[in-house]
Formats: sequence, structure tokens, C-alpha cells
Amino acid sequence: MKHLRPLNLKAARIDQSASLLEEDVVALQQQPPKPHIPMGCTLSFSPGWEVDAGGGTAGLCQPVERDIYDCYVTCFWPVQVPDHVNYSPDWAANCAVATKDWRNLDLVFP
Amino acid sequence: MTSMTALASGRYRRGELHEFQASGQPFVYLVSAGAIFALDEGANAALRRLDETELSHGELVQALIDGGYARQDAEELIRELLFVQGIVSDTVRQAVTPGPRTPPADFPLQALVLNITNQCNLACTYCYEFGADKIATPQGKPKYMTLDTAKGSVDFLLQSSAGRQAVHITFFGGETLMNFKLLREVVLYASAQAAAQDRAITFSLTTNATLLTDEIIAFLSDKEIGVTVSMDGPPDLQDRHRVYKSGKGSYAVIEPRLRKLIAGHRTRAITARVTLTNGVTDVVRIYRHLKDDLGFHEVGFAPVTNSGERDYMIDDNGMDTVLAQFHELADEWLEYALRGQMHGFTNVSETIGELIQGVNKSHPCGAGLGLLGVSPSGDLSPCHRFTDADTHTLGHISTGLDSEKREDFLSRGHVSAKYECSTCWARPLCAGGCHHEAFVRYGDTGHANLHYCDWIREWTDTCLRIYGALSVQNPQFLERFAARKGLS
Repeated sequence: MKHLRPLNLKAARIDQSASLLEEDVVALQQQPPKPHIPMGCTLSFSPGWEVDAGGGTAGLCQPVERDIYDCYVTCFWPVQVPDHVNYSPDWAANCAVATKDWRNLDLVFP
Repeated sequence: MTSMTALASGRYRRGELHEFQASGQPFVYLVSAGAIFALDEGANAALRRLDETELSHGELVQALIDGGYARQDAEELIRELLFVQGIVSDTVRQAVTPGPRTPPADFPLQALVLNITNQCNLACTYCYEFGADKIATPQGKPKYMTLDTAKGSVDFLLQSSAGRQAVHITFFGGETLMNFKLLREVVLYASAQAAAQDRAITFSLTTNATLLTDEIIAFLSDKEIGVTVSMDGPPDLQDRHRVYKSGKGSYAVIEPRLRKLIAGHRTRAITARVTLTNGVTDVVRIYRHLKDDLGFHEVGFAPVTNSGERDYMIDDNGMDTVLAQFHELADEWLEYALRGQMHGFTNVSETIGELIQGVNKSHPCGAGLGLLGVSPSGDLSPCHRFTDADTHTLGHISTGLDSEKREDFLSRGHVSAKYECSTCWARPLCAGGCHHEAFVRYGDTGHANLHYCDWIREWTDTCLRIYGALSVQNPQFLERFAARKGLS
């Protein structure tokens, strides 16, 4: 820690755990020193919210739009998208490539 | 995301901490941990903003920016203070850490206090074992420990201390040396048993010094047995309470023996333990006599344990005198330490040792945990002060520890069970104070010793300021002190 100087053994242990924590959790887009994130990867797994280490979406290994199929087909986030299992088995039938055909995806009203 | 941050930060206020100044610099003692930190200007500034009021994250950041700190510095200051709980947020609920109600069942013993006799050749008027406030019920029980019981105790200690490389035996009484013959046998037996297990065992004893002989002194020195002498000071003070049954004072008897002991016993520190009573409050004069005239290495003081109704107890005026003189010796302790020298005032040394470690006690002492007392009959008790008291027996060396009784004793004595302690910043070191003192005063070992609270807080603050001053002016001394006490 920078502003608190440990003076006894217990304080030294707290200081040590603070330094471990600093290395453990970092903001993706924090200003220098930046954490190393391989190009193409994201550490944010919220569908539609992925960004790469630069804060953009262009360098990701899959387009964010691809997520919608994971949500749809596997139903892991059925609140956000039509439910493939229960009431909208054909929702994505007209959308072969999401980046090109996304306009064919329609709203559904379960 | 912005809204999440605001939600998480809530309003900040000062955490549970005790601030103090030393050598013109600010420090904090963090109560939840027993940790000591030096604050830089920024950390101090952040705490000052929260002296009178609670602030939101944004308000505190802005206040620090207004005070000349960069935003990033302000954020970092807050993060660090939050991490150590120097400041806390009202929306982040502290994890509740209830005290363990029971210690681990296999908590290994570290030390036994063997009361090798409950007989004494003196009749000190304030004695907790024989005086008006006694709790011992020795009627019909053995007066002297037998060799069988003593050996059984040694075996019990070695069996019950699994995992510890070194264990300790303290000999106690009564007057310990009235059973020196047994003491010698026990030292030889215990040393041999420990050596056979490739373990170490150390010894100490407490005595009134009236029965010391050249032969005994040579044995104590040879076997590296630590010696604590109970005595109250120069003749006029010693002879006020520490008397024979005839009323005759004991100073003249012990003085030549003490000089021989201190000259002849070179392997361990020889310490004096002074009981302060009404009229025996002249701490500095007592210290000078014991340290400078007689040559004790260390001298420690404690007010007499009593029910609060005895004529020998110290009244509030007496305690003020005692504290004023404690401070005089504490200043001297610091002067010595700044010069790199050890001072013999135990009351400071002990606390500094605990502050170096940052102890945070669940119980005021090791009684019933790593330490037990053994009566002449072999009954186990939380410590020597409960020896022979039927109401506090915790089993017998032949049948082992009564885990139910021990659990009751430790549950009562746990600091979290003492309501008054929950808001006191000195609780990591005090934990409510002596179980025995509490029982004599309040009839419950689990009662906080409320008659000492102000005194304990003031004394702990004094020792913290000594610690702070040393960390600034002579940090090497603290390191050497820790190494010498085996703390690092």
C-alpha cells in the first residue's frame, strides 16, 4: 500500500494481502500499466457487452452478434431472446449468418 | 456500471480504529485486526474529512481533490483505507465474524503450572489463596504434591501437547520452595522424558525467596530455571503486607538470599513481581530499589486482586498515583530504547511484545487453552489462581480434561461474550482482563473487569505512542526486541 505503512507483523500481513489483491483484480481498460489480454479475447462474458482490450468489438474472435445464437439455441439466457425450446423453434431459420442476416430476426411475443 | 459503483460505495465513515500521535506523526491502531499503520498526509487527510460527518464516495473524492490531491490519488487513498477497514461503507455490510464458541477439541497444551504445595511460610495479608477473598477449598486435600502426581502431570503435559516441539512447566505454590525436593525430581524426570521424545522442555518458578539456599540457587542456574520473586519493594513497603504468621516482616530474611540469587543465577532473567496495595503505590521508588539496588533484571507491577471491599485495595486516588509513576517509568523505557538499551519495566516490555505481533485475543490469557493449573492432588484448573477451588475444577490428570467444563469456562471468557468490550478499542490486547480477578470481583469469570477499563485504555495508548516513536526514531530497536523475544 502507498499511503499506509505497516508497522507490526499483523499490519504486514494485511499489506501483503492487499498487494496480492492488487495483482489479482484489474480493470480491463485501466490506464498504464495495462493488463495483458491476448488479441481476440474478452474477459467480459455478458452477451452483447464483450469488448476487447482496446475497448472495441472489431478484434474479437467472434462477432458479438454470434452470442445471440448461444442464448437462443442453448437457452442459457432465455429472458433476453426467443426461447428455442418452448415457443420459437424457428426464430433463426432465416438468419444463416448473423452479421449479414440479422435484419431477418423478428420480435416475438410469447 | 456507474450506478453500480454508487450503490456499492454508499456513505463512508471512520472504521473502528484508535488514532494516536508519536514524534509528531499520525498512526492508527486497527481494532478489528490489532494492526498498526503509519499514515501519510493523504491518509490522514481522508480520515480528517470523516471526523465529523459521513461522506459519499463522490463527496470524499471531491473533498480530497479540493485539498490538492489528484483524482487518482484520492481513489487510491479511499481504496486502501477501505481495504484495511480504516473507513467503512454503510452499504457494504461487514462480514460477521462470530467468536468461536468452542476451541478446537485437540487444542494442544503448551504449559502446566504445578502447584507443588498449597502451604506457605508467609501470611501475606492480601494473598488470593489464603486471604479474605480466597476461592480455594483445600480442606481434606493433599498439602504437598506427591512424586506420582507430579510425574503423572508431566506425562499428561507431554501427551496433551502433540505437535509442539517445546513445552513449559511453571512451579508454583503456596511457597514453591517448601517442596523443593519434589521440584528437583520433576525437573530431572521431565527433562529425561522430553529428551526421549526429542522435544524441549523449559522451567520456571515463582517464590517468595525466603527459603533460597546456595544449593537451590546452583540447581536453578544449572537447569536454566527462570525465577520470579513475589516482593513489594524496600523494607518499609515489603514488610507492610508480606509478613510471617507472627506479623514479622520478611525483607530482612530475603534480602541476602536475593543478592545471592541474582549474583549466582546467570542463565535466566530474574524478575520481580510487585503487588500494589493501599499505601504501596510508590512505583518509581520500588522500581529503583528492585532494579538498581538489588539488581533484578525485570520488574513488573499489578494492583492487588480483591473483591472491591478490602482495606488494602487501591482507591482511585491511589490508582492516579500509580498511573502517574507508570508514565514516568514508561518515558524512561522509551529513552532507553531510543539509545538502543533494554529497560527493565516489564509492564511496557510485555505490551510492546504484544504490539509487535499484533495480537488480537479471543481470551485474555491462555488459561484453559494452552495452559492449565494442577493442584497438589492432581486436579486440573484453568490456571494456578484457581487451584484447589472446587467450583473451577476442569478434570484430573489421571482422567484428563473435562471438555464440557472447559467449554463453559472458555465460552464465558471469550471476548465476544463480554458486551462492554464490543465497543472498546483496547480489546485486542485486554479481552476483558483476568478471569480470576473477574470472579473475585463480580462472581463470574466471564465478566469484563470494568474497574480497570480506563486504566487499560490509557496504558495501551501510552504503549502505542512508545511504539510509534520507536518506529520513527529507532525502528531497529523494535526488530531486535522482536528477535530477542522470539516474536519474529
